[in-house]
Amino acid sequence: MAATTRKGRDGGQPAGKKADDALHKLHSRPRTAIVLIAAGAAALLFSLALSVSFGAMDIKFRMVWEAVFHYNPDLKEHQVIQELRLPRVLGCMLVGSSFAVAGAVMQGMTRNPLADSGLIGLNSGATFAIALCLAFLPGLPYRYVVLLAFVGAALSAALVFALGSSVRGGLTPTRLVLAGVTLSALLTALSEGIALYFRIGQDLAFWFAGGVANMRWLELKVMTPWIALALAGAMGLSRSITMLSLGEEVARGLGLRSGLVKGLGLAIVVVLAGSAVSAVGAVSFVGLLVPHLARKLVGVDYRWIIPTSAVLGALLVVLADLAARTVHPPFETPIGAMISLIGVPFFIYLANKERREL
Amino acid sequence: MGAFMSESERRKRRKAWLVAAILSAAIAVVFVVSMNTGVIRLSPIDVLRTLAGGGTERQQLILFDFRLPRIVISLLIGAGLAVSGAVLQALSRNALADPGIIGINSGAGLIVLLFIAYYPAPAATPAYLLPLLAWAGGGAAAALVFLLSYRRHKGLSSNRLILNGVAVNSGFAAVTIVVSLRINPEQYQFVATWMAGSIWGKDWSYVLALLPFIAILLPYVLFKSRTLNVLNLGTPMATGLGAFVSREQVLLLAAAVGLAGSCVAVSGSIGFVGLIAPHLARRLVGQRYQALLPVTALSGALLVMAADTIAKVILQPAEIPTGIIVAAVGAPYFLYLLYRSK
Repeated sequence: MAATTRKGRDGGQPAGKKADDALHKLHSRPRTAIVLIAAGAAALLFSLALSVSFGAMDIKFRMVWEAVFHYNPDLKEHQVIQELRLPRVLGCMLVGSSFAVAGAVMQGMTRNPLADSGLIGLNSGATFAIALCLAFLPGLPYRYVVLLAFVGAALSAALVFALGSSVRGGLTPTRLVLAGVTLSALLTALSEGIALYFRIGQDLAFWFAGGVANMRWLELKVMTPWIALALAGAMGLSRSITMLSLGEEVARGLGLRSGLVKGLGLAIVVVLAGSAVSAVGAVSFVGLLVPHLARKLVGVDYRWIIPTSAVLGALLVVLADLAARTVHPPFETPIGAMISLIGVPFFIYLANKERREL
Repeated sequence: MGAFMSESERRKRRKAWLVAAILSAAIAVVFVVSMNTGVIRLSPIDVLRTLAGGGTERQQLILFDFRLPRIVISLLIGAGLAVSGAVLQALSRNALADPGIIGINSGAGLIVLLFIAYYPAPAATPAYLLPLLAWAGGGAAAALVFLLSYRRHKGLSSNRLILNGVAVNSGFAAVTIVVSLRINPEQYQFVATWMAGSIWGKDWSYVLALLPFIAILLPYVLFKSRTLNVLNLGTPMATGLGAFVSREQVLLLAAAVGLAGSCVAVSGSIGFVGLIAPHLARRLVGQRYQALLPVTALSGALLVMAADTIAKVILQPAEIPTGIIVAAVGAPYFLYLLYRSK
């Protein structure tokens, strides 16, 4: 925020003022954004309640309320809600906003509409770690697999960052993107090789497909503070990200320390998408398309894109999870597939609506 | 034209010729090496003698009926996928575009998966059916992306092409996940191997099926390299320079789809070549498509042929899908290039 511009804006110095002027001229719709965020939050609350009450065992709304606020461990319904459903829907919410915000930050920083958090090697790093776990350490408890997946994601992101910035000229978007996509291809190929050789491909697919079902309070407790911190950080950086999205030259001209912003932005993406990927698998669609959706709706200012993405991402994943459980009970459709099936038609409609280009 | 060529321009051209010559030499070397690797070892001298018309009947059988077609196929698909990727990167003006972006891989993969999952006796089907289906699936997906992105008066917008491609790919991938979790492990293994990219069309009939596409479309794209130079500048600029942007875009896109679709039908999704060979070539010879396209084709061909040779021997007698080796070999080299470049 103010700390990332060379001169603080409270003093009214030229650089800060120029930046503010530039940002004011952007095509942005704050009012739409506020309405969207409020309506989205309301819809989110409603779908959380709906999602908790629906399932193999139908539970009334009233019961949900009581289970949350007057928990009675003797009631079976209360147990189901407290132990299984609540952590699951809350996990969906967290994961959805994490992916969406991480994607928005990536797209803003790289100025590439194809960018998402998978681009810096997070998904492939996590997949590779999980493939190694399944092949060489079968029977490892779920929470350790999650932990190792996060380590894999963070390591490969660090490697991409190091490769991208180790040269003269520093970290340009193109170089970051190319290093990321190449390392991802390498790790994906290695995971595929391991999967084929040890015949664990389907297990790997299952692992990724059934992610949210394994969500318990323990994972939530570990993840929540980090994700909350990173979401706050993303909001703090949003002004600088908007400047970066105007182009490196413009951002520098406006007095932005772009190296610092990119470093912080990547760290935020690693925390958000890294923990989300390791907990539920690569639900890449959310990070890729929700930010486009948000940009289409609220304009190009990341101060509004980021919160809107967070709300819409959470809403999409919670609804998709609900659909995944109810479409074909008692089987669960993989949530990643469900998200795409819900999101794709909507997205195609928006992307092709005339007049406004994305 | 020649009279206005600056000294630096001339040096660039010399460098492009040099790079092309080195790549061709490397292809020749790997070709010979690849000919004498396999389950049955033949010495390089045996290989050369057999190629010249000598050799025993058994050696001739091994070389001409088993190894040569596979090597020719790997060369063709390497060149085809690489050039298709270069064209798509120019059309979409996005460094991350590859043949997969217009849905070819996901469409072909889904059709193959559906066939394996629901056709009663896949083992009894004629050999050409699977590539034909894959070709149709890839083509249908690309056509869908194209129809969504094309506007009669505005032509193709690169942004729209990318976004629709992403959306269609995600949709296909979603259906693929749902179906692939329901099939049995044996079927899954087959489909996973196919999707990882293994050259499994191994005899001359596949070469004959592939050759027309490559032989017509590759020269066509090379012929259009000047147009690609202009298109790469962006639609308004290209229109200003007098290109029939819309028509050229559509024709080039069709050529890219034809190239990639026919390659994917024979090889499965070897995704990495189309993405990285153009970047590799760009780092070697620069942006000019007259030099870029031939070098892209040569490096793609070399990459796939070398990877296929490694895939044959590394875990004998089991084979690793070539696509995996392509990434495992190509990625570190490209990272090295990236690290060294300014």
